Amino acid sequence: MTLTILYFAWLRERIGLPRETVQTEAATVADLVDELRAREERYAFTFADLKAVRVALDQELTDFDAPLAGVREVAFFPPMTGG
Amino acid sequence: MTIRVQAQPFDYGAESNAFARSSDGAGAIVTFCGVVRDNDGTLRGMEIEHYPGMTERALSTIEAEARSRWSLSDALIIHRHGALNPGEMIMMVATASRHRADAFAAAEFLMDYLKSRAPFWKKERTATGEGWVEAREADEDALKRW
Repeated sequence: MTLTILYFAWLRERIGLPRETVQTEAATVADLVDELRAREERYAFTFADLKAVRVALDQELTDFDAPLAGVREVAFFPPMTGG
Repeated sequence: MTIRVQAQPFDYGAESNAFARSSDGAGAIVTFCGVVRDNDGTLRGMEIEHYPGMTERALSTIEAEARSRWSLSDALIIHRHGALNPGEMIMMVATASRHRADAFAAAEFLMDYLKSRAPFWKKERTATGEGWVEAREADEDALKRW
């Protein structure tokens, strides 16, 4: 499947991209993260501590064990600091 | 019910007055605004990043939740993104209800939830460099009271 991945805040800075398109057969968000980590050091560094990372699938906040079937957009970002 | 996510400044007084005027019969209006705080006098400015699309959805969900919990005749959320200077207003909420208890509680609920559930991230620029503001555990804990 084809996924659009978005990165925000320090994840965007560490990876050096605001968004990218990936081809993947990852079943869950955690599987996708493992694939990304294996790619390059900057991904491994960014996803070193998942406690510091949040994920949204198609703009809904979810967990790392969430399935990716039918999903088009994945976003990774730190805990939010609005208000 | 109005949600606005914008780069440009807003006029807190004008927004508050317009909200109060359009809330005929509400009886109670609560407004709150958040301002860029300079803790020790070293802040040069702030940059607020957000996730266009998800931001509006998350704020709509939070507002709908507030309306389901309290009797509100109207609600307003304005949140800025982009570059802000110390002392500038970041965001405001306003709630209207027949009774003040609902208006106060709903405004606090909106604030607590938008701090931790709406996709905004603050980056501070100081005299010595820049850095992302870290989420506070207290902000996450604040959700548990609702």
